[in-house]
Amino acid sequence: MNTPLKRTPLYAAHVKAGARMVEFGGWEMPVQYSGIIDEHRRVRSAVGLFDVSHMGEFEVEGPGALAALQTLTTNDVSALEIGQVQYSLFPYPEGGLVDDLTVYRLAADRFMVTVNASNIDKDWAWVTTHGAGARWRNISAETGLIAVQGPRAEDLVAGLADVDARAIGYYRFARGSVAGVATTISRTGYTGEDGFELYAPWAGTERLWAALMEAGRKVDVAPIGLGARDTLRLEMRYALYGNDIDQTTNPLEAGLGWVVKPAKGDFIGKPAIERVRAEGPKRRLIGLEMADRSVARHGYPVLSGGRRVGGVTSGTFGPSVEKSIAMAYVETPLAAIGTVLDVEIRGQARPARVVKTPFHPSRVKK
Amino acid sequence: MANVPADLRYTKDHEWAKPEDKRYRVGITAFAQEQLGDVVFVELPKVGAKVTAKLSFGVVESVKAVSDLFAPLSGEIVEVNAALPNEPQVVNQDPYGKGWMIVIAPSKPDEWNALLSAAQYEQFLSEGH
Repeated sequence: MNTPLKRTPLYAAHVKAGARMVEFGGWEMPVQYSGIIDEHRRVRSAVGLFDVSHMGEFEVEGPGALAALQTLTTNDVSALEIGQVQYSLFPYPEGGLVDDLTVYRLAADRFMVTVNASNIDKDWAWVTTHGAGARWRNISAETGLIAVQGPRAEDLVAGLADVDARAIGYYRFARGSVAGVATTISRTGYTGEDGFELYAPWAGTERLWAALMEAGRKVDVAPIGLGARDTLRLEMRYALYGNDIDQTTNPLEAGLGWVVKPAKGDFIGKPAIERVRAEGPKRRLIGLEMADRSVARHGYPVLSGGRRVGGVTSGTFGPSVEKSIAMAYVETPLAAIGTVLDVEIRGQARPARVVKTPFHPSRVKK
Repeated sequence: MANVPADLRYTKDHEWAKPEDKRYRVGITAFAQEQLGDVVFVELPKVGAKVTAKLSFGVVESVKAVSDLFAPLSGEIVEVNAALPNEPQVVNQDPYGKGWMIVIAPSKPDEWNALLSAAQYEQFLSEGH
């Protein structure tokens, strides 16, 4: 690969903090600082800062913006109030997924969508091709993003914001300034803890990060890498595009039927998804708990009585559940809670059990 | 600089071997555990299993990756660290002590001479491996 890796505005701050940097989706990102388990626990007990500036943001506006988003996404964008956020999906006509995303209603006919870092170019081509009738602007390269997650996140953000961050509801946002930086303060996250995602101008992101680190000393703040981001989200069973959902998976088998709203009218992929709904998904994304601490990783076969019945999409040792956990697609009849299955790890069938998810209780502020 | 005790010998796969009365205690180096990150599972063979130099004898899983363990010497496993299944984190905490993995009774003791000295291993690490 000859393309130079991209860097976020916080690259220097990560290196200075002793992060181990790795390639992720074309970006040079911190995978860990003090260690994945330590960072994971810090987010569950205090507060952690994540640099997610590599994620993509598009703005869409104009009289056709709502209609364009209604065509492109599965959720009902018309249900969004100004100041509200919505989780959604871009489906292909065949029902597979281009990406998952969040939609922000900035004004009646102005929205922001946040997409996965590794999908920015693909998504941009997709929305500008299929979301005609609206003005699209790719603001990824000018938008930094810091996630502040953990039970002390509210104290930290509220202490630096010029708006009442405590009053922002779950999946809602406000615009204000945090530590003097113009910020969209969004009560969202990817860890299962209370927290915020702070969108800031690229040039102000480093100042915002420094202010959060400084003010966060009182609440035991720590920078958190992509390694713990993955263990935290997996304990919550949040899907990761490229692992748990992709072009070959449809929303219903992924357990994302709750963001498909057929009553809103036509959208790309609707007939294909409704066909799956009528027939019932042939496979389902389930949570697995391993009997021992061996780790079931992406791509490992799932077996029942020696027969391959599915595959692992994500797996790790869950630092909070203190067990090896995984997500996997299995044939629908084997998806019931309590079903005993095996995961083939290095040629050996290792016992696992289908369990309820999330693996760890969510503590988001609803 | 990584901790590289002078009285051990090393493989290029980052295992160490320590001579103990015609047997060899084996583990992974401080550098290896540092690279792996938090160790959560160690899969080791049973006492009595035969191992071959440079071939895999087990696996160490960290939160982020799975890595093979390669035998420094050929022989029979005469002891296995029974604490590791319940306390895999000792590999991170004490890689040259409580984090040891197996003890080998060698079938080809000359293989010891082919292992890297501490100085050679440090040189190897300094070359960016």
